[in-house]
Amino acid sequence: MAETAREAWITGIGIVSCLGEGPDAHWQALNAGAPSPIAPAFDPYIVHPIAPLDLDKQIPKKGDQRQMEAWQRIGTYAAGLALDSAGVKGNADLLTRMDMIVAAGGGERDIAVDAAILNGLPKAPKPAAFLNERLMSDLRPTLFLAQLSNLLAGNISIVHGVTGSSRTFMGEESAGVDAVRIALSRVAAGQSEIGLVGGAFNAERKDMLLLMDAGGFLLRGGHAPVWQRAAKGGGMALGSLGAFLVVESKDHAQKRGATPLARLTAVLSDRSRRPAGAISASLARMWQRIAPNLRPGSHAVISGTTGAEPAIAEERAFLESVGVPVRATGTHIGHGFEPQFVMNIALATLALKHQMLFPPADTSGIEQPMQGTPAQVIVTSVGHWRGEGIALVEAVR
Amino acid sequence: MATSRDSLGRPIVVVTGMGVITSLGTGKSDNWQKLTAGQSGIRRITRFATEALKTTVSGAVDFVPVEPFCSSELTERLAEIATEEAVAQSGLGTKGNFPGPLFLAVAPVEIEWLHREALAAESRSNDTVGYDDLLRATASGRFGAIHDRCVFGSVAEHLADTFGTQGSPISLSTACASGASAIQLGLEAIRRGETDAALCVAADGSVNPEALIRFSLLSALSTANEVPEAAAKPFSKNRDGFVMAEGAGALVLESLEAAQARGAKILGVIEGCGEMTDAFHRTRSSPDGKPIIGCIRNALTDAALAPEDIDHINAHGTSTPENDKMEAMGMIAVFGERAKTIPTSSNKSMIGHTLSAAGAVEAVISLMTLDHQRIPPTINYKLPDPAIPLDVVPNVARDARVTHVISNSFGFGGQNVSLVMGREPA
Repeated sequence: MAETAREAWITGIGIVSCLGEGPDAHWQALNAGAPSPIAPAFDPYIVHPIAPLDLDKQIPKKGDQRQMEAWQRIGTYAAGLALDSAGVKGNADLLTRMDMIVAAGGGERDIAVDAAILNGLPKAPKPAAFLNERLMSDLRPTLFLAQLSNLLAGNISIVHGVTGSSRTFMGEESAGVDAVRIALSRVAAGQSEIGLVGGAFNAERKDMLLLMDAGGFLLRGGHAPVWQRAAKGGGMALGSLGAFLVVESKDHAQKRGATPLARLTAVLSDRSRRPAGAISASLARMWQRIAPNLRPGSHAVISGTTGAEPAIAEERAFLESVGVPVRATGTHIGHGFEPQFVMNIALATLALKHQMLFPPADTSGIEQPMQGTPAQVIVTSVGHWRGEGIALVEAVR
Repeated sequence: MATSRDSLGRPIVVVTGMGVITSLGTGKSDNWQKLTAGQSGIRRITRFATEALKTTVSGAVDFVPVEPFCSSELTERLAEIATEEAVAQSGLGTKGNFPGPLFLAVAPVEIEWLHREALAAESRSNDTVGYDDLLRATASGRFGAIHDRCVFGSVAEHLADTFGTQGSPISLSTACASGASAIQLGLEAIRRGETDAALCVAADGSVNPEALIRFSLLSALSTANEVPEAAAKPFSKNRDGFVMAEGAGALVLESLEAAQARGAKILGVIEGCGEMTDAFHRTRSSPDGKPIIGCIRNALTDAALAPEDIDHINAHGTSTPENDKMEAMGMIAVFGERAKTIPTSSNKSMIGHTLSAAGAVEAVISLMTLDHQRIPPTINYKLPDPAIPLDVVPNVARDARVTHVISNSFGFGGQNVSLVMGREPA
């Protein structure tokens, strides 16, 4: 259907991470290459905290802020930045037609309540009754709404008025890839004119560390660039992130006089069960699909690699085989699962805008200086456990 | 083939396989027999202790054993059972190789109490256990199974393995509209021409103490515990909340063209789907009903049908004071005076609210209604609410001519989705 597909543009980005908020803060930090902030409270795990946000700027009502958990505040804030960037904030007529796909996990548990229950259970004469009593009296009634996956989208609807449609995808990295893929497919096929797509992740929570540490996916023993973690056994440094894109048909954008930040040409997703060689094969299959569009010398890769072995070794081998300049953003912003791919697409638009790639942050040899100007950026996702994806983001010149 | 496209030029999307499991039983035939007999699947909770709980009834699926109990494990089993039935009926693909993507509606997966208790025991710090101690336990490297079970994508991952669906499976949540959204994603993918077939599944096995308490603290649940079978009473004046329930629905969608080409039996048509988000409040509907009205109208527009074409409504009908009032208001706004005579039934009166699964479970029941030309009742309708002047098919099933059904699904977070389904095209 490629010959009949409509062109889709990215007309807005909203990004927040440990590097700050917005395009300029991110571009400056990526170019400066200074070590990124790490929250000491989570030692020995490496957690990159969200930069301080003036929440009132995007979530004006304190009541709304109070109803949310940190991940929802980060996401609602980033969504507002994306709407501002696209020039559609407050445009009620447009926002009621705007589609939304959010890639979401869930909200933090009340870990004090959990700890009190775990302490009491072994001593309680009737443990099951004790659990009921404690949960009934100790859980905040509205906590559930701050945890529910689809309530990031719900809060964006309430705070920013995006109400055309609202869908939430779950499933770590793959949720982020598929959210952008479906948003693009709908625009390309004429099922949607304009959509808000993205997600948010709060890394500063021990219940999330617990889930990932159970799987053995976390980096220990100090920070290192993602490609240089093999000596430490590999692993993720988690990072709080919020990232949203406004994806729009070229026609719709031109009619309202919007400027494209980039063309979103293709998004592909895949699933492999990860026997040896499966990741390389998956990336190769997806790369083949976009290869006819690629112009030698003008493209670069922004990798979403997590740092976790053995996935990173296979991604590295594949990227070295295609011989394209590579940058991994995880070194700078950590890993945030659902919004990671969206964030990297947003950072790709910055490289296209500045007509340069940010400098390497790696001494292992895979990140090399780029001679020339990037006109195409390939964004990769190889999730920590599942979730392969590729996007092709191109300059509109 | 001109006839394989709808009036808007899109591929017609049909259903060629369906599966369902609810508290009433396993499979379409058992469920249909009990639904049309007006039976309730709501029972007193026996899965866990109910001391200190305000609600002690549910539509839990206790006949599918999961030991020790784990909600995501049960969700996966329910999804497998419904999907097995649907795929077998469709005859599509080969065992373990389904030729299309998976769209799975599922409650957010999370670490559950059995996992936390196991980690706490491992940490051996009985008096002062906190998350740092649990993290000391995970550092042992012996709890990888908790990660694989409790990541959000885990249920879809296992289903994709079992049924051999193509590509990256999508797990989705639009709260209590999730099941309808799963069908919508399949419908759209086939209309885009990306695939000839899609597997749309919705499952929920959430009846555990914490999930029940979360809804209870929001005052969403019925506390009419004395007679469990009578607790869910949609559209009645004395309705007092929904009854949590479990179940799964699965549908094999195909383009009409592909289904006809392989001589498949066509069970019905997904004619259209509409959405509209409510930005009024996290749990409450906009008092003017505009999002619900807009959602139903969008579904009719997408199906290229007029309000007059609809002759049955499978209501969201949760039995909460708020939902049933707003849903009725929306229907009266869309269908006018006719709303009072369109047979409108709530399956939730019998099976409870299957939450993430409800949209798909009720789509299967809607398609069975079209097939049998018989409408399941809204049971427990003893005390009509004068504010809801609808024909709710009270208490007894009814034979009727049904050509186009609307099934509504509304959820927390302003999620509204309506599906329009019809009989096999002539």
